[in-house]
Amino acid sequence: MSKKCNRLVDVGRRQFLRGGAVAAAAAATATTAPARAAPANAQLDYPSNKLANIADLAVNEPLDIEYPDGDSPGILLKLGEAVEGGVGPDGDIVAYSVLCPHKGWFLNYNADDRTLNCPGHFSRFDAEVGGQQIWGHATQNLPQFTLRVDDNGDIFAEGCSDLIFGRPSNVL
Amino acid sequence: MAYKRQIDRLPIPPANAKVHNVTCHYCIVGCGYKAYTWPRNQQGTLKNNAFGMDLGEQQGADGTWMAPSMYNMVKQNGKDVHLAVVPDHGCVVNAGLASIRGARMAENRPSRVTGTQQQRLSDPQVWRNGVWQPSTWNDALDLVARVTARIVNDYGEDELVVSMFDHGGSAGGYENTWATGKLYFDSMKVKNCRIHNRPAYNSEVHSSRDMGVGELNYSYSDYAVTDTIFMVGANSLETQTNLFLNHMVPGLQNGAKFIMVDPRRTVTVNAAEEVAGKDNVLHLAIKPGTDMALFNAILTHVVDQGWTDDEFVAASTFQGGEAVAGGSSQPAGLGSLDYAMQTCRTSLEEAAEICGVSAGDIRTAAQWVAKPHDDGARRKCVTAYEKGIIWGNDNYRTIGALVNISLATGNIGREGGGCCRLGGHQEGYYRPSDAHVGRPAEYVDQLLINGGGKVYHIWACDHYKTTLNASQFKRVLKKRSDMVKEAMDAAAGGSREELVDAIVGAVNAGGIFVVDVDIIHTQIGQNAHVILPACESNEMNLTSMNGERRMRLSERYMDPFGNSKPDCLIAAGMAQHMETALRNLGNDAYAEQFKGYDWQSEEDAFMDGYNAGNPEVTYDRLRAMGNDGVQEPVVGFEDGHLVGTPRLYADGSFDRHGRDDKRALFCAAEWRGYAAPGKAREAANHDFFVNNVRANIFWQNQFLDQDSDFVQDRFPYPFIEMNAEDMAELAISAGDLIEITNENGATQGMAYPTDTAKRGQVAMVFGSPAGSQGNVVNPGVSELILPEYKLTFGNVRKLADAPPQAQAVTFKSKEYKA
Ligand code: SF4
Ligand code: FES
Repeated sequence: MSKKCNRLVDVGRRQFLRGGAVAAAAAATATTAPARAAPANAQLDYPSNKLANIADLAVNEPLDIEYPDGDSPGILLKLGEAVEGGVGPDGDIVAYSVLCPHKGWFLNYNADDRTLNCPGHFSRFDAEVGGQQIWGHATQNLPQFTLRVDDNGDIFAEGCSDLIFGRPSNVL
Repeated sequence: MAYKRQIDRLPIPPANAKVHNVTCHYCIVGCGYKAYTWPRNQQGTLKNNAFGMDLGEQQGADGTWMAPSMYNMVKQNGKDVHLAVVPDHGCVVNAGLASIRGARMAENRPSRVTGTQQQRLSDPQVWRNGVWQPSTWNDALDLVARVTARIVNDYGEDELVVSMFDHGGSAGGYENTWATGKLYFDSMKVKNCRIHNRPAYNSEVHSSRDMGVGELNYSYSDYAVTDTIFMVGANSLETQTNLFLNHMVPGLQNGAKFIMVDPRRTVTVNAAEEVAGKDNVLHLAIKPGTDMALFNAILTHVVDQGWTDDEFVAASTFQGGEAVAGGSSQPAGLGSLDYAMQTCRTSLEEAAEICGVSAGDIRTAAQWVAKPHDDGARRKCVTAYEKGIIWGNDNYRTIGALVNISLATGNIGREGGGCCRLGGHQEGYYRPSDAHVGRPAEYVDQLLINGGGKVYHIWACDHYKTTLNASQFKRVLKKRSDMVKEAMDAAAGGSREELVDAIVGAVNAGGIFVVDVDIIHTQIGQNAHVILPACESNEMNLTSMNGERRMRLSERYMDPFGNSKPDCLIAAGMAQHMETALRNLGNDAYAEQFKGYDWQSEEDAFMDGYNAGNPEVTYDRLRAMGNDGVQEPVVGFEDGHLVGTPRLYADGSFDRHGRDDKRALFCAAEWRGYAAPGKAREAANHDFFVNNVRANIFWQNQFLDQDSDFVQDRFPYPFIEMNAEDMAELAISAGDLIEITNENGATQGMAYPTDTAKRGQVAMVFGSPAGSQGNVVNPGVSELILPEYKLTFGNVRKLADAPPQAQAVTFKSKEYKA
């Protein structure tokens, strides 16, 4: 059964709508310096946005998030078992973009086998293996958000592993 | 942990970027793309760019987006330029969809700047003193021509063995098939030749052609308006991806039924169920190789129920009993429907017994294929098949039995119909007559294994990864090639004449001189003596046609890598050096046959070949037709447009067999079990059916994908899908390295637990550089030398625990779960 993630964390949501000052500066650089082609692998300056507190998370119940800005939906997920790249005391918290890197349809989370599935053209990604495409049309794995957990258990997103669908730069 | 690109920003194509028409050079579908190129020191802005969009806004679903794999930096006219290759929303074939193969065209280009595809060959290489030395074209072609000329002049052209692609796209296409065809079939009459994917020079679909039905007869638009899609031995979501997504899915959404005949449940079946609902999808998971019995039962039911299209059968098919008798090179008789029914007649129950599916399901299939609508209107059905039966049991009769159904129901040449090969590569065949090859054609692999041939030219084929009976083939070819390498090493320090003498001496002692033309240093290339670097589509202009005969010019947007060249110009260079070498041998008459290759460009080769036979078609006119191109055959040029043919046989006359009466023939497809030598015994003596399958992520034998981190991260070893209970019995866990063995050899891969896999059946991905499935395919072929890669049986055992690379990947089901 599909399990659409409806639990929104309101805390912090407003504060990262449309990115922060840093993101705006990055966009300005891109628009005003046409003569300077950025090397493809230059890493951007990302906003540090609070997504939730550990206490908000229940195992295998994804929270809807938005990062780096309000136009880029994602999920925050506690898996219950440590995974490579997982954060938090149990090493099991991960976050992904839910815009399919094929043609940008919204992915649905299937809690039964912990996969993200695309109703567009049937691509599938594994939430337990770094967003690896299990099968599909995308030419990259799911963009995974870099997370940090502070002493209070607040979870912050501070970066992204891959280009998010529908934009030339993760920070617009 | 999944591979991360760590790319979070891309250059923006400026509004004045150059735009080129590109037809994806991978699969048969031939999706349209636009390639944008622009100078290295420029880029566009979020508001002012080549896409004419505000890139500062998040694009919605299905919007235009340049993925990192669609970007690279390449050489164009000697300068570094940015390259973006993006799917074309305006193209009728794919409407803006990309696939996991096509969307990687840009990053699969060789680039000195970004470091991609550094495996590409940049210079000719000649075996010297124990290594391949990069050298000049003159040096390499001189050696090739001197040795080849000596052999064909002194011992005859049957001593020259040739493997050559016959396809379009990639490095195939009309330019390159013409040039190689002119060299081997016109300047010479080489008969010991084979095609890239089969061990002889022959058709994959003899029976369809003998029946009068060319195998690419429909238009992709037929899928959207049909009542039923009848798919056999194919997995279109993976291997003709955007044909499925952009044409079959709309058909299913419009209410079409879907029938799949395949021993294995694939993602295509799953996706069809998602779109059409389970009630409208029938998967006939038959026993391997029993397709013919199924088709015969469907035909019998259709005939007995009176669902045949009698008007069509009377007007368009042969009426007088037997037209062509069966014989040694004719695996079945051909004639009228009544004639064919004498041998095809099979009851639902008989077929159920043979095929291992229920009689009720076969009846349902017959109804979906042919039962007229309640108002009496004819039922439209597209029949589409591919390697499951082409490389399966008893190719001739099986395909004949399938075409019988389409003919009996009048479903060829009409909207919503068609009986077609789905295809692998694109097509792009234009060669002089191959009639001298004969029928059956020479079984070239066996010829080589038995010591035949003295010189071997290979054009873009890596049989070590893909041929049947590969273990023995590799062993023998290596041994014979090594004899020549040793002779060349021993002749070190001598003159060119002494080197040629040494090579001729070695081949007369059982060795073989191997010339390999390819874009990379392949596995078979390890046993070559001269390696010639070719280039691909878009590094040259290239024309091809797709699975609905849609011809396009895919434009050159970058330079060939290093000193590599289009195959057509390599063939021309070879011919010119042959002329000189033959003159030096004093055979002027023979040398004269190698004239007519003074081409400067691929366009010259196109004009010499395709255009000479199709004078309406030129590069300029094709360019003007853009990514929609024109469907062959081209019948005119009006108002600045080439005029094509959406569907073959629309007038009800069939001519592929060359018969004057233009009437199609039915095939007397008599079921005879496993027909090829050794198959029945192999089946009886082994535990597993070893299915030979494809996956969407790989293009063919992974020749480019082997250098892709994204691809190799997902499947570090060839996957072998396996049932969980079988795995438990053999103490195999997910990702374990396992071996498949039988009398022909052994191959290896990684166990992929698959809940839909049947017990006693494994499915191994074909053509992997890390495990050749061909090692375990027996040498048995059909009467017309068609290989049966699909019909293989073996035993399975564990080799090792999952290595770290395998432990890191996901083993979840490939099927979409809502
Ligand atoms: S479906 Fe085929 S032609 Fe289309 S993009 Fe994919 S590989 Fe290329
Ligand atoms: S948009 Fe997700 S598979 Fe196409």
